[in-house]
Amino acid sequence: MPIQYYIYLCLTLFSIGIIGVLTRRNAIIVFMCVELMLNAVNLLLVAFSKMHHGVALGSSPTTMVGIEGQIFVFFIMVVAAAEVSVGLAIIVMMYRNTHSVDINFLNRLKN
Amino acid sequence: MSKLVYLVPLFPLLGFLINGLGRKSLSKSMISLIGSGVILASFIVSVMLFFDVKANGASVITLFDFIKADGFQIPFAFQVDQLSSLFLLIITGVGFLIHLYSSAYMQDEEPQHYGRYFSYLNLFVFSMLLLVLGANYVIMFIGWEGVGLCSYLLIGFWFKNNDYNYAAKKAFIMNRIGDLGFLLAVFWLLFRLGTVSYGDVFANISKLSSFDITGITMLLFVGAMGKSAQIPLYTWLPDAMAGPTPVSALIHAATMVTAGIYMIARSNILYTMAPATQTVVAVIGLSTAILAATIALQQNDIKKVLAYSTVSQLGYMFLGLGVGAYTGAVFHVMTHAFFKALLFLGAGSVIHAMHHEQDIRKMGGLKKYLPITHITFLLACLAIAGIPPFSGFFSKDEILTAAFGKNPLYYIIGVGGALMTAFYMFRLYTLTFLGNFRGTHEQEHHLHESPWQMTFPLIILAILSVFGGFLGIPEVFAKDAHSLEHFLSPIFAGSEKITGEHAHLAASQEYIMMGVSTILIAIMIGIAISRYKKYQLNTDENTGLSKVLEHKWYVDELYNAVIVNPLNAIAGFCKNIIEKSGIDGLVNGAGRLVGYGSRQLRLLQSGQVGNYILIMVLAMVVFVLVWFNDNAIMNFLNKIL
Repeated sequence: MPIQYYIYLCLTLFSIGIIGVLTRRNAIIVFMCVELMLNAVNLLLVAFSKMHHGVALGSSPTTMVGIEGQIFVFFIMVVAAAEVSVGLAIIVMMYRNTHSVDINFLNRLKN
Repeated sequence: MSKLVYLVPLFPLLGFLINGLGRKSLSKSMISLIGSGVILASFIVSVMLFFDVKANGASVITLFDFIKADGFQIPFAFQVDQLSSLFLLIITGVGFLIHLYSSAYMQDEEPQHYGRYFSYLNLFVFSMLLLVLGANYVIMFIGWEGVGLCSYLLIGFWFKNNDYNYAAKKAFIMNRIGDLGFLLAVFWLLFRLGTVSYGDVFANISKLSSFDITGITMLLFVGAMGKSAQIPLYTWLPDAMAGPTPVSALIHAATMVTAGIYMIARSNILYTMAPATQTVVAVIGLSTAILAATIALQQNDIKKVLAYSTVSQLGYMFLGLGVGAYTGAVFHVMTHAFFKALLFLGAGSVIHAMHHEQDIRKMGGLKKYLPITHITFLLACLAIAGIPPFSGFFSKDEILTAAFGKNPLYYIIGVGGALMTAFYMFRLYTLTFLGNFRGTHEQEHHLHESPWQMTFPLIILAILSVFGGFLGIPEVFAKDAHSLEHFLSPIFAGSEKITGEHAHLAASQEYIMMGVSTILIAIMIGIAISRYKKYQLNTDENTGLSKVLEHKWYVDELYNAVIVNPLNAIAGFCKNIIEKSGIDGLVNGAGRLVGYGSRQLRLLQSGQVGNYILIMVLAMVVFVLVWFNDNAIMNFLNKIL
């Protein structure tokens, strides 16, 4: 499939993620949108990796040229997992102190 | 022998340090012992130096290199010759007597103030010795500034009184105005000749154009005007009477004020080659002499009369310098040191006895209570009036005769001044010592003669005032009897060569002039005594000319109006407008700006997580656009915006 389709899809997913992060009030939903953004990027990386690899295969059948994209996806997934665990721990503490997961409620850093 | 010259200023410097640093821990007798002892030691060395110079002549002793720059060097050197050794004797001798006197006069002070007093006095003597011993104008200037400083410190000695502080400030500021002239002259000399040492300057005098010489001598004279209280910088001296009386005796009678005369006598070749300056010196000296004499006629404070008398006598000395009678001027410095110091110390004795009363209208008849003071004071008055054979007669006569040779008008006006001198001095004498006592009974009860530390210097100075004149017997009386002139001839040899042999007046004419002036002076004395012998205390206001004289010709008021008040106004303007609104506004405004900015910036921290995320996203967008400055993105943006 032409690469533009993948690009448009990922762009759409990423923008939805951004808008979600900026506008939603529930902390868990914000987290989900962050995950959405990360996964959009993952998709883009894999698509480009496939494209480059496909092009390189034409010149020499056993080349490993475009694989870096897929490898990088693993790194991003690891980071996403770590961030989620820490973030959810913070949300749990937040809930225990204020019995709410509304991010606008947490303005203790004000002024 | 003359290598020991460094000891002379070293002793007073040590005295200053010991008394100054130890003033809280030493006892009063120890302080006075150290303070007076070091001056006595300097005096002994000065005597030895004097005899050495008499036998072996002049020498220059270099201590170390003071300033060494590309093109010129100024060594820290002392010049021991006839002029400086004579001044050394005067300074240390009269200085020692005054230190001795002070040890009794200042007895009422606390030990730490007593110590402070003696340390200042020693510092003053040290500076004055530097001034006369220096072998170049820069060392002289160090001493010049030092004596100005010590004058300020000592006039404002009783610093708790604000009026005294004003007087001290006035003295120092007027001195400084003169010092500016002196400095400019030194710079001019350095620029033209590349040296300021006396020997080099006087040898290379032909390299200076006459404009140079006139300018340098005029500027040096401006310095002398400030230091030696000539018109227009004389008003500080009467106000300086706020200091203790021994200070007035030492600084403002015998030594500091003679620094100007010393300087001009030292530079006599420069002055002889600048006849224009000499005329200026003579005219200013003469006018100062007359002006001060007129003011002294109506003063009622014993010390103020003596202060104006000092200004007047200094005028005579400058008159002598201006007409080329250098020896006469130096001779008058010497005799004046004796009788003026005696007058001031005697006045101090009277003030001490009268328990700090200084108004002569409230004194009178003191001769039976203070016999020694009375006799010595009378001798000093006779000396200053110019009655032969006392010392003042010889020195003043020498100046006036030389003045007659230059311009008879100088002589006539000078004799007028001498008559006024006789009158006001004997008015002072009569009102203080003759007649009936006009003070309170309380004061009369306490009148007593002063202790020996105060009367002994009076007696010594009286002997010097009476017999000191015989050092300078003029030619009409005995050929070659003017020992002072012989002694000082190497100093003034250069000038003598330039002016050549001056026409001597016929002996008979000189006798007539001397006789006439003496008789006139005696008549004035008689008038003064008879007029004031029966003085009754009255509080009438003076009117007319007397009022103008009593108010010192309103010169102080004139200076206040023309100089002091405008300066204060400018300062006030600077303070209020430039300082408060301008500079403070700027500085405070910067502070307020920072505060406002930070308050606005604080609003960014809303604590809202959503806000933070928004800013992060925006920042990322901007970052990407800037970093990846790609043509495609830019064209795309330009198309849609």
